[in-house]
Amino acid sequence: MELTIANFVQIVIACLLIIALMVGNAVIMVYIERKAAGFIQRRPGPYEVGPRGTIQAICDSMKLLGKQLFIPGNVDWLLYFLAPVMAFLPVLLLFLPIPFGKYLVALKVDDGILLILAFAGLGVISNILAGWASNNKYGLLGAARAVAQSVAYEIPMIMALLAVVFMAGSLNLSEIVERQGTWPWQWNIVFQPLACFIYFVSLVGETNRAPFDLPEAESELTAGFHTEYSGMGFALFFLSEYANMLLVSFVCATFFLGGYKGPILDGFWWTFIKAYAVMCLIVWLRWTFPRVRFDQLLNINWKWLLPLSILNLWVTAIVLKFIE
Amino acid sequence: MAATEREEGTERKPITKAEILPPIINLKPLNFFFDVNRAMSIWPITFGLACCAIEMMSVSMARFDIARFGAEVFRPSARQADLMMVTGTVSKKMAPALVRLYEQMPAPKYVMACGNCAISGGPFKFENQYGIVEGVDNLVPVDVYVPGCPPRPEAILEGVFAIQEKILGIRFWPRPEEIPSPLAEPKKPKAAPDKAESAKA
Repeated sequence: MELTIANFVQIVIACLLIIALMVGNAVIMVYIERKAAGFIQRRPGPYEVGPRGTIQAICDSMKLLGKQLFIPGNVDWLLYFLAPVMAFLPVLLLFLPIPFGKYLVALKVDDGILLILAFAGLGVISNILAGWASNNKYGLLGAARAVAQSVAYEIPMIMALLAVVFMAGSLNLSEIVERQGTWPWQWNIVFQPLACFIYFVSLVGETNRAPFDLPEAESELTAGFHTEYSGMGFALFFLSEYANMLLVSFVCATFFLGGYKGPILDGFWWTFIKAYAVMCLIVWLRWTFPRVRFDQLLNINWKWLLPLSILNLWVTAIVLKFIE
Repeated sequence: MAATEREEGTERKPITKAEILPPIINLKPLNFFFDVNRAMSIWPITFGLACCAIEMMSVSMARFDIARFGAEVFRPSARQADLMMVTGTVSKKMAPALVRLYEQMPAPKYVMACGNCAISGGPFKFENQYGIVEGVDNLVPVDVYVPGCPPRPEAILEGVFAIQEKILGIRFWPRPEEIPSPLAEPKKPKAAPDKAESAKA
């Protein structure tokens, strides 16, 4: 794709829209998450701040904006300030190849999923930087856990996505959606149930969400890699966490749930409905399951998910060869 | 050891006012806006010392639910917290840790002394007592005192409201005495419940 002025304007507009989506998503998801927590624990959740607590998340972000900027002693200040920004920026790039609608794609590239998987790793680097730079033993331990976990869970995730790529014969996300039908039984979740399950488990592991939130485990590591971050640094980590959740949910919707296709009226609203359904499932998981131990976490990955995903890929390849 | 003698380093120091520089941008509506946001999201630190901490846990759960007022986000790290609820007896062994946690919290920070032990030493204030700090205000400046042994969860909620009132000068929620008691009118037991109470429905 050559870079013309029209393309450049398109990408700039897309980036602005994606920033708006990320911020809006964080505000909505904080509210949904706290309400869901309340619902599951039989209490109302945020209620009095705004009508039914709707502006609670805005109040929280404004308060974090007004908190004291704090630099602990003996901190590598460049890395300390770089880490939250680095957690936030790559997510901007990752949303570009996602096909929200048939024509609503910011960057039409032939290997969109490769772009997403390659740059998703930058989020882990920001976690390491945060843990390393803040000169705190809990921060460093949390960062080490984040690395071990993300590296481990990336492999079954890629294997699960690869099985779908085999079926579609393309790395282009729009192409993968086009190969799926409009009805639920024509989606990839029916043809690749195991891959979908493996992808979903690794998605929770990748985004450091409970029950796999070992990098932020409060009971043993205070707050993990963002222990020393107050105010806006913490808010940026929070924002990027929710943006990452949204991204993996969009990838899940695109790969397994038929993307922008639905029973009636294809369009970007179907992508959003499906992605937010996955998000709600993640929130539900968080408030239902207790946190796993670290050895259990890695055992699930290396002993179950990885062999199963390889088996799934192998069977897919053989079946595709026979159908040919 | 005589009761009047205090150990070294635990003498009650004269309270000095901290020097506060005037802000660069000092607009009244902007300050009010930030104060409203501060008051509406007071995040407590996960920190409990004794039995009052059980009431603190209770206030964050069903029936009382501090989450209604946006204060249920118990942050494990002191850097992200606004409010320190000193719930329980502060022993002299615990005092350095408490002071360190207070000093680790970033600037707009509030302290609530919950329960008689944290206010004045409570039942531990007697002659030849050697292990308990008699009042957490010997260690850190306290914004709100919540009496009780232990205080009811409603009292802790009331303490949070008092901090909000201290930040803003306005109380958003009805005062308990303004709410007609259901016991006063036996014919209508369900009439005019507390706004906060009815929120559970």
